[in-house]
Amino acid sequence: MAISDTVRHRGAADRLRDLLPKLVLSPSVALVGIFVYGFILFTLYLSFTDSRILPSFGWVGWQNYGFLFRIRAWDTALTNLVIFGTLYIVICCLLGLLLAIFLDQRIRAEGFIRTIYLYPMALSFIVTGVAWKWFLDPGIGVEAVVRGWGFESFTFDWIKDSDMAIYTIVIAAVWQTSGFVMAMFLAGLRGIDSEMLRAAEIDGASTMALYRRIVIPQLRPAFMSAFVVLAHMAIKSYDLVIALTNGGPGTATEVPATFMYSYTFTRNQMGIGASSAVIMMLTIAAIIVPYLWSELREKK
Amino acid sequence: MPAPTANAVTARTGEPSATGATRAGIHWPRVALYVILGLFCIYYLLPLYVMLVNSLKPLSEITAGGMMALPGEWTIAPWQSAWSTAQVGVEATGLRPYFINSLLMVVPAVAITTVIGALNGYVLTKWRFRGATLVFGLLLFGCFIPFQMVLIPMARMLGLMGIAGTVTGLVFVHMVYGIGFSTLYFRNYYAAFPDELVRAAQIDGAGFFTIFWRILLPSSGPIAVVCIIWLFTNIWNDFLFGASFSDFDSQPMTVALNNLVQSSTGVKEYNVHFAGAIMAALPTLFVYIVAGRYFVRGLMSGSVKG
Repeated sequence: MAISDTVRHRGAADRLRDLLPKLVLSPSVALVGIFVYGFILFTLYLSFTDSRILPSFGWVGWQNYGFLFRIRAWDTALTNLVIFGTLYIVICCLLGLLLAIFLDQRIRAEGFIRTIYLYPMALSFIVTGVAWKWFLDPGIGVEAVVRGWGFESFTFDWIKDSDMAIYTIVIAAVWQTSGFVMAMFLAGLRGIDSEMLRAAEIDGASTMALYRRIVIPQLRPAFMSAFVVLAHMAIKSYDLVIALTNGGPGTATEVPATFMYSYTFTRNQMGIGASSAVIMMLTIAAIIVPYLWSELREKK
Repeated sequence: MPAPTANAVTARTGEPSATGATRAGIHWPRVALYVILGLFCIYYLLPLYVMLVNSLKPLSEITAGGMMALPGEWTIAPWQSAWSTAQVGVEATGLRPYFINSLLMVVPAVAITTVIGALNGYVLTKWRFRGATLVFGLLLFGCFIPFQMVLIPMARMLGLMGIAGTVTGLVFVHMVYGIGFSTLYFRNYYAAFPDELVRAAQIDGAGFFTIFWRILLPSSGPIAVVCIIWLFTNIWNDFLFGASFSDFDSQPMTVALNNLVQSSTGVKEYNVHFAGAIMAALPTLFVYIVAGRYFVRGLMSGSVKG
């Protein structure tokens, strides 16, 4: 803060020197200003226009939003997002917490096991999607394999079933991210005050009680971060759906991100596409803004 | 602290702690614990196993229901096909040109974004000005927006800039939306760097860039690695921008892989798909195995992932 104030000479060159830091920062500010905030405003504006294949500036008010909420595919997309988002967050958190607690028991080869649990996070969702797409495919995957073992009536064809396909996305997404949630919780566990635990243990608290009363409540920040990360990923999820089911069968696994893309770029309903993007944006902002706000305020 | 789970927490991911010791309930049957952990290892490794063994067997073995079995007849033909002859989209070029596209995209994008992030972090911590936190918050928020929100104007803008449908265009897009995170990493790292050293150098007459170059940069190794790995993984794995802003000849690996797998013409060559999927995964897997510690650190401090 005070660094620039310690320079007291005031020539033109010095003034330039004082400006230098801001000059260095300014391209980034300009880029983000245009490509993030400017673009957000642009898309927001488009969502109130009659844009079809190309942006157009005929103002139509709330019409696109009215249409949007009467489109069945959007309804499906929202329902899917709720189903997917809820299961994804809950299962990842439970699994992550469980694995973190298990791994926190002075496990031999802990580092090695952690590496295995976390590696899917390094993969592209497209790779994950391809692996699970064929693994879950009834023709060659699990179903075929189990039948090959002699269980002729075994059926597992969720990925081809309109009612169940969305759950296959949950399966693949949980596989990819749960190790990461585990790592977040594990880090949280390692940060807990051991004195307090020892005291409670001396007082005769059982292991279960120890976890329920002391450990898990202290993991609140880890839960918060996990929730924000997962919710944010759920709303944005696009790649995985494309690779795994491509939105199908039919439109059974449509999510907001795929809806936006297809309405904007393949169905040439840019105004409606823009309005769906705005809804996604608002949903994410409702989660992220309070979070960033609290994080950045603490610092001051 | 903008990185929520970050610093306090990652510091101790190393060895099992004393806390672990007190909690290690002797009542827990250790064997069951190890069995459960082992089963989860299988769960996480299974898809990789499936990809690997099926990329090394003839198609007939897969379609005959032998997905879980080791290859009866080992072959690298699927790999050769995926790399150089498979039909990707309209052309039978294999994935090689797209792998190269991804490299051409990821290297400059990571390099430029890291340098910008380092300079931004330096300014935001050592040359603080009124509103610095606000500027940082605004930069950071840019990482979290759903990119659907920028697709339409970006498509037009790339056209106006004359780099639509090119690898250069993709480099530019990834740079713009990577700045927030690279700035985040360096800002948090430099915040812990003693101001006194900077001030002393300033009194000795060192200028803005000299201080950065001579004093901060030499100790920036660890955070640069974290930042580079994070950007590399994210940009390599990106699909949305690649699918939106590339032409046939500038598609990145992820888009090409998806085209290969989704292509509806001819027989579905699952073994080739699996080989291609591993190819697309190899660079990031390699980085993860070689520098896993830094990868995890990046994940944690960028905890809200872009």
